[in-house]
Amino acid sequence: MSANHDGTNLLEVRGLTKIFGALTACDHIDLNIAKGEIHALLGENGAGKSTLVKMLFGSLEPNSGEIFWNGQAVRITSPGVAKKLGIGMVFQHFSLFEALTAAENIALSLDDGSPISSIAAKARALSYSYGLPLDPESLVGDLSVGERQRIEIIRCLLQTPQLIILDEPTSVLTPQEADKLFETLERLRAEGKSILYISHRLEEVKRICDRATVLRHGKVVGHCNPREETAASLARMMVGNEVKAVVRAPVDGIETAQPLLEIRSLNRKPATPFSIPLKNVSLNVRAGEVIGIAGVAGNGQGEFFESVSGEVLQQDSASVRIRGKDAGGLTITGRRLLGAAFVPEERLGHGAAPRMKLSENLLLSRHATDGKAFVGSGGMVKGAAVYAAAQRIIEVMDVRKSAPDPEAAALSGGNLQKFIVGRELDRRPSVMVVNQPTWGVDAGAAAHIRQALIELSRSGSAVLVISQDLDELFEISDAIAVMHNGELSKPMPIADATFEKVGLLMGGAEPGHAEHTLETA
Amino acid sequence: MMRLELVKRPQRSALFSMLSPFIAFALTIIAGAVLFALLGVNPLNAFKIYFVEPISQVWQLHELAIKAAPLILIAVGLSVCYKANIWNIGAEGQFIFGAIFGSAIPVLFPQFEGPLVLPLMLLLGMVGGAAYAAIPAFLKTRFSTNEILTSLMLVYVAQLFLDWLVRGPWRDPQGHGFPQTIQFGDSAVLPELMPDAGRANWGFVFALVAAVLVWILMGRMLKGFEVRVLGSSPRAGRFAGFGLNRMVFFAFLLSGALAGLAGISEVSGAIGQLQPVISPGYGFTAIIVAFLGRLNPLGIIGAGLVLALTYLGGEAVQSALGISDKVARVFQGMLLFFVLGCDTLIHYRIRLIGLALTKQEPAAKIEAAPKLKEAR
Repeated sequence: MSANHDGTNLLEVRGLTKIFGALTACDHIDLNIAKGEIHALLGENGAGKSTLVKMLFGSLEPNSGEIFWNGQAVRITSPGVAKKLGIGMVFQHFSLFEALTAAENIALSLDDGSPISSIAAKARALSYSYGLPLDPESLVGDLSVGERQRIEIIRCLLQTPQLIILDEPTSVLTPQEADKLFETLERLRAEGKSILYISHRLEEVKRICDRATVLRHGKVVGHCNPREETAASLARMMVGNEVKAVVRAPVDGIETAQPLLEIRSLNRKPATPFSIPLKNVSLNVRAGEVIGIAGVAGNGQGEFFESVSGEVLQQDSASVRIRGKDAGGLTITGRRLLGAAFVPEERLGHGAAPRMKLSENLLLSRHATDGKAFVGSGGMVKGAAVYAAAQRIIEVMDVRKSAPDPEAAALSGGNLQKFIVGRELDRRPSVMVVNQPTWGVDAGAAAHIRQALIELSRSGSAVLVISQDLDELFEISDAIAVMHNGELSKPMPIADATFEKVGLLMGGAEPGHAEHTLETA
Repeated sequence: MMRLELVKRPQRSALFSMLSPFIAFALTIIAGAVLFALLGVNPLNAFKIYFVEPISQVWQLHELAIKAAPLILIAVGLSVCYKANIWNIGAEGQFIFGAIFGSAIPVLFPQFEGPLVLPLMLLLGMVGGAAYAAIPAFLKTRFSTNEILTSLMLVYVAQLFLDWLVRGPWRDPQGHGFPQTIQFGDSAVLPELMPDAGRANWGFVFALVAAVLVWILMGRMLKGFEVRVLGSSPRAGRFAGFGLNRMVFFAFLLSGALAGLAGISEVSGAIGQLQPVISPGYGFTAIIVAFLGRLNPLGIIGAGLVLALTYLGGEAVQSALGISDKVARVFQGMLLFFVLGCDTLIHYRIRLIGLALTKQEPAAKIEAAPKLKEAR
């Protein structure tokens, strides 16, 4: 166990267990958090991190085990109890009302009847003292994701917690915004506050965390000092075995290759008051290359994907061209018939129908392109052929499941994603557009998906990947463009791209400036 | 102060999903027993008269088939709508317009006879029902109106239109002023299946064929897949390239055509002429049939027979015990109430919350109350 057993522990967890039906989500978890430390909680998706945190925050009640707070045994029966003890939480998915101001949102959660003006003043003071500048009068709908996170953090700090739980805080930030956040965290640590930091980004854990607890399949597999570990050794602890590194061979003669996906001055008016307009987006993806689109969430990537996929049609049919043909006026089915394939960000409810079997979900995107194979005369579905194809994809992509042909909702997020990506790869599409290919997917499966995308491009297809995960984009892309506020920068070749350059563009630096430095470089 | 809350269950029980109609039926029987007891009637005796005696002879089974045929035909069409998450409540009006369109031939051209008459009438009946159903479909796709309201209101328009027709332009001149059309000629009457045994006509066969065809459509064909995808996850349906507006028209036209077929079959089979009232609420009762049959066309056949029995039983208790035949409506209402209740409790569990506790409840765990569509 840890050396800290002399009463300086703020929080001690002993044998905490949570069982859901047949699944033991947390299995006798032990965890100590000392005063004034940043403690990382590492683990793949489904390792039990969220369940553990929910028990600490009172959203879930453990089946067994004990929690000690400052040495006293406590029962955290609700988030209210957790807040009273001094536990604050910043969620990965914000719960803010876009049509209200920052101060109004904070007032709603405090629920103590103090006037908005005094809350705004307190929030302003607090935000500046922690280097998280925030205007409490601004509408949440107008704020960037990073600024919204500040609201969540300040909302949490206003309750003067001793322990702050942060769930994947940097997944929505630019590298520069993340640096700012780290400064704030270090400041909080210096004040003696403790932080439980949940992340799967090993580099940042190594950078800011004092200790780490690693979970795998609901069990603690190790406590360590992340500074003494390498990213590879941490990954090994999380995954349980070696993660294969993705291999990306350079392509020759890409400059002369045929563009298979051309986007020319694509514009789109915002569909709702809070959606992002697309402004003059242009991009070519050539046969044999992977182009990555980086950007902070909510900068128009979703709108862009819908426009390219044909879920939303364009007025100017030349603004999207697939394999040399105008496709802007074609529906998603028409674009698929031209050889394009699409993987949306949301799996359940967009890429797959949750209550339908995997074989039916195969039919979902391929009923037209594989009409001959899957649909017989008179519109009868060839059930056996669809089932066989689904089984083939399940095998190729190593989809883990509990039944031969389960409902999509019964699969874990990562396994469903493998199936959805595999469903499109199985067609050998000439153009593949993927939004967030490995979001929430465990490391092993993510490597598999990334490698498959690279191989698809090397076999002569054009691959466009939209992702918030910069590590991923640097791993698989031949060039990276950045989407900010509905505008797309010019793609920079991967050899010239750095985290810093991409990060500046993500934060909204003038694209012209970055391009200029590229050209002179 | 206490508060009731419906909390979504993480898993549905497949067993209870299947049992739900039977549990609902049992609950209806229990509530019905209480009802009869309060009316001062021995419940056992009443149930015998209500549920057993109406089907104890062969000719009575024919009467059952006559009542079940329109219910099944309409409900099968409605099941497609409801699976697509489209709420056609106006089958009664589509039934009436099917009857009016189909009757146009025998009423306006009584001298036109021969084997072509009946097929043409049936076809026109389907066209009439589909055309009338196209109105709410158009309003929904064009102006985003709520199809529940428009289709329901069009029922009253249809009823009044029929009333006007049989009192006005289509009234039988030799009918002594009665509000009805002329009796249809022989070639315009739907033949009985077994004239020696009872009155049941080809309408029941149409119902069975329609149920089997729609069952194949929904379970085996791409179109049925499209219905199910768009109904359960519209965004995934759009990703699949299925058009929601096309689906609204498809579902309304199909269910309208089947309701129209039921209408013309009823008029040319059981009634033999148009009169101000041609339906004891088949179009509404069929909604219950559709849900009691789990929106499955084969289940709907069984549910249609059960609901047809509630009509016959209502007539039977009226003549035998002097209880109003409105009791049939009460039974139908209870059945729908209990089947929707069972379905809701399969998807959700009830939580009682004292007000003192509610303050600390995490908002994220609380689901919105279920809508009707969750009952599927």
